[in-house]
Amino acid sequence: MTAAPSDAVLDATGVAKRFGAVQALKNASLQVGAGQVVALMGANGAGKSTFVKILTGVLKPDAGHVKIKGRESTVANPAGARKWGLVPVYQEPSLIPDLSVADNLRLGDTAMEPFRHWVSELGLPGLDPEAMIRSLPLASLRIVDLARALAIEPDVLLLDELTAALPTDLVDRVLKVVRAQADAGRSVIYISHRFTEIAAICDRATVLRDGLTVGDLPIEPGIEERIVEMMLGGAVAAAVAEERPVKPVPADMPRLRVRGLKTGTRLTDVSFDLHKGEVLGVVALEGQGQDELFDVLAGNRKASAGTVEVDGTARSFHHPADAIAAGLTLVPGDRAHALFMSRSVRENIAAPLLARARNWGAIRMGDEAAKVSAAIETLQIDTRAQGEVRRLSGGNQQKVTIARWIAKGVQTLLLFDPTRGIDIRTKRQIYALVRDLADQGAAVLFYTSELAEIRLACDRAVVIFNGRVVDVIDAKDADEATLMRAAYGLTEKAPA
Amino acid sequence: MTMTDTPTPLNRLGRLMVDQPLLPLIGLLILLVAILAVLNPGVLSMFWAGNTIKIAIPLAMLAACQTLTMLTGGIDLSVGTAATIAAYLTATLAPMTGVPPAIAIALASAVVIGLVNGFGVAICRVHPLIMTLGTALIATGCLLVYQRYVIATGVLIPDFLIWLGTGRSFGLPNSLVLFIPFAALVIWAQRRSGFGRLLYAIGANEAAARLSGVRVWQVHLTLYTLSSLIAGVTGLLYLGQIKTASLSLALPLDLPSVAAAVIGGTSIFGGRGGFGGTIVGALILTVLTSMLTLMQIPEGGRRILFGLIILAVTALFIRLTERS
Ligand SMILES: Nc1ncnc2c1ncn2[C@@H]1O[C@H](COP(=O)(O)OP(=O)(O)OP(=O)(O)O)[C@@H](O)[C@H]1O
Ligand SMILES: [Mg+2]
Repeated sequence: MTAAPSDAVLDATGVAKRFGAVQALKNASLQVGAGQVVALMGANGAGKSTFVKILTGVLKPDAGHVKIKGRESTVANPAGARKWGLVPVYQEPSLIPDLSVADNLRLGDTAMEPFRHWVSELGLPGLDPEAMIRSLPLASLRIVDLARALAIEPDVLLLDELTAALPTDLVDRVLKVVRAQADAGRSVIYISHRFTEIAAICDRATVLRDGLTVGDLPIEPGIEERIVEMMLGGAVAAAVAEERPVKPVPADMPRLRVRGLKTGTRLTDVSFDLHKGEVLGVVALEGQGQDELFDVLAGNRKASAGTVEVDGTARSFHHPADAIAAGLTLVPGDRAHALFMSRSVRENIAAPLLARARNWGAIRMGDEAAKVSAAIETLQIDTRAQGEVRRLSGGNQQKVTIARWIAKGVQTLLLFDPTRGIDIRTKRQIYALVRDLADQGAAVLFYTSELAEIRLACDRAVVIFNGRVVDVIDAKDADEATLMRAAYGLTEKAPA
Repeated sequence: MTMTDTPTPLNRLGRLMVDQPLLPLIGLLILLVAILAVLNPGVLSMFWAGNTIKIAIPLAMLAACQTLTMLTGGIDLSVGTAATIAAYLTATLAPMTGVPPAIAIALASAVVIGLVNGFGVAICRVHPLIMTLGTALIATGCLLVYQRYVIATGVLIPDFLIWLGTGRSFGLPNSLVLFIPFAALVIWAQRRSGFGRLLYAIGANEAAARLSGVRVWQVHLTLYTLSSLIAGVTGLLYLGQIKTASLSLALPLDLPSVAAAVIGGTSIFGGRGGFGGTIVGALILTVLTSMLTLMQIPEGGRRILFGLIILAVTALFIRLTERS
């Protein structure tokens, strides 16, 4: 371990925290110097979010020392943390849904002017401060969260998986802004499961494993594999895009045929075919209509024009139950929309099995237990805190949203950024799982904000720009540069 | 921030209450009984126990309605009315039509109240508090009209209801014959039937329930109808217990039924709780009432104390369970 810089702005040592039977942190330490961006890394459930909550006074540690600017910290709540110059952006949006953006700022005692400045700096100049939080997409919420934190001018900014729900264009903005903070002499603690981001802006990485700080490394080329090894406690093969034989577009009737789909103002005219056995990627910048597309296909929103055919029959869904009956199941982008936070992992996973009135009677408990544990096994959910889903770590919550449909059985899976907040090992397992499902005959629509995933999991990708499909790219050609260019509408060509 | 604090006993109690909500409740019940025994030595007896159970049963059954609706984040403030109507119709119709048709009409009327509630909550999306209060008022009005224009030829309280309501076998109240299977069914259903699970799911996150394919309106409609049916049956039992047909028979039970569910650990915000706790909650309220009665405080003071104690217990429970 490199010694702590003596001028550390934040110096935490020996931090421990137990929740009932779960020892979330055993002996965690972290040092951050002025002008540094330090990555806090670790697998799902390693204790990163718990650490951030302890540093900012949401949780009380069982043991440990925290020094801020050389003085013993007395932070006991988030307001106290703010006085000490520590400002967090937590993993889940912490805005009140039924208030407007402006009201949320007022409640948090944050000035409007700097907030506006940061919002436009972060790529959302058009954000209406009077908009209700409830009506904003997840990506905008995250930007609001960050802009609000920046407006407070923190000495230490703590970012917990802020970028996980952001599309590439916004991620770039965020990275620039965060780096600029450090270059101006402030400090940042940065949590993310994406190595490209770490490599782009971080100076050092502190690695947590099972609640222990196991390493503190400078970021330099080639360090990725070492970090992964430390995180997971063993070597893991790098995710390489296996050479899948390029599948010709099947000639049979598509599982899902979408023609001229339109709704609201964003989704104007989308058409594509999705075949059995195929994983079709969807690539788009923020707000190009992808949210609406998934909502319409899942029966959660009505289309104003266009048709959806499933196995050759035209369908229109008035309720998610209709879509599910037609075999279309959605993993939504915001897990808060999918989970029963106060219920157990088991009840969350089993919910679709009982949804229909004819399944309201006695539950076949043995059968259910078997299905649920198989799904937990497949997705490697850490169930130490399974009594209530909200006690799971963010990545494990995300896995529950996928597990639910695995347990129910999959025909057409609509995945909206399914690997959001999931660690590198499990991500690889999810790509493999998606491929397996396709090989077994499922059709998968896979929106991702992480462009590298197209090559890793998909056969082809449709690129949506301005509510229309502007390009269809084979996985083998889907390097990030090509996808980016298409996503910005620079290679407009008529879809096949 | 140098601390090596182990969780305080209070924290630990809070956690215990989240994980095993029944234990501290039963502890409180035992404590109350002990206080009662100290205040009035010699009051505790088999007879006293039987009597307490007997009085607690109708309360617990109405509190079942609150528990089930509260699990979804709702409430049913028409249960007292539904019970009263069922009781009044049974007693006044029985002399004219005979007992079975009278009971059928009585329960059907309760079901109608439930259907109206369900329709309002499920389809018109009226808040359950407003909806059930509204139907309660309307139904009470209808009962008054009925009482004025239908000349009752007399009042008949069916014998088997009196047996059920006031009789004892082996020292225990006969109403247990109804209550034990009822409680077993509710407790089974809340965890092990699809319908029960969905109540929790809707209370925890209605939008997520929808996304998993639940047609929420179907659940609401069924739930409020079921609630009124339970209330109707409770009305019949209560009729047998009180042995008079009155226009406000079970109305005083409305708020205690909510209190019993809340004290029993069911969250008014939905998604958490269960009937097991509610039964203990109903017993706690009953013991509390009998304690206050025995203390020979005037009626006004008794009510004030009763209200204060309910508030204190509820606030304490919420504080302890939220903290962990
Ligand atoms: N309130 C709680 N009660 C019980 N266990 C908890 C609670 N909060 C967190 N945990 C447990 O503590 C462990 C660490 O969780 P934490 O959220 O800190 O992980 P993380 O490193 O942020 O993971 P992720 O990458 O998935 O976000 C997990 O096993 C989690 O289940
Ligand atoms: Mg986390």
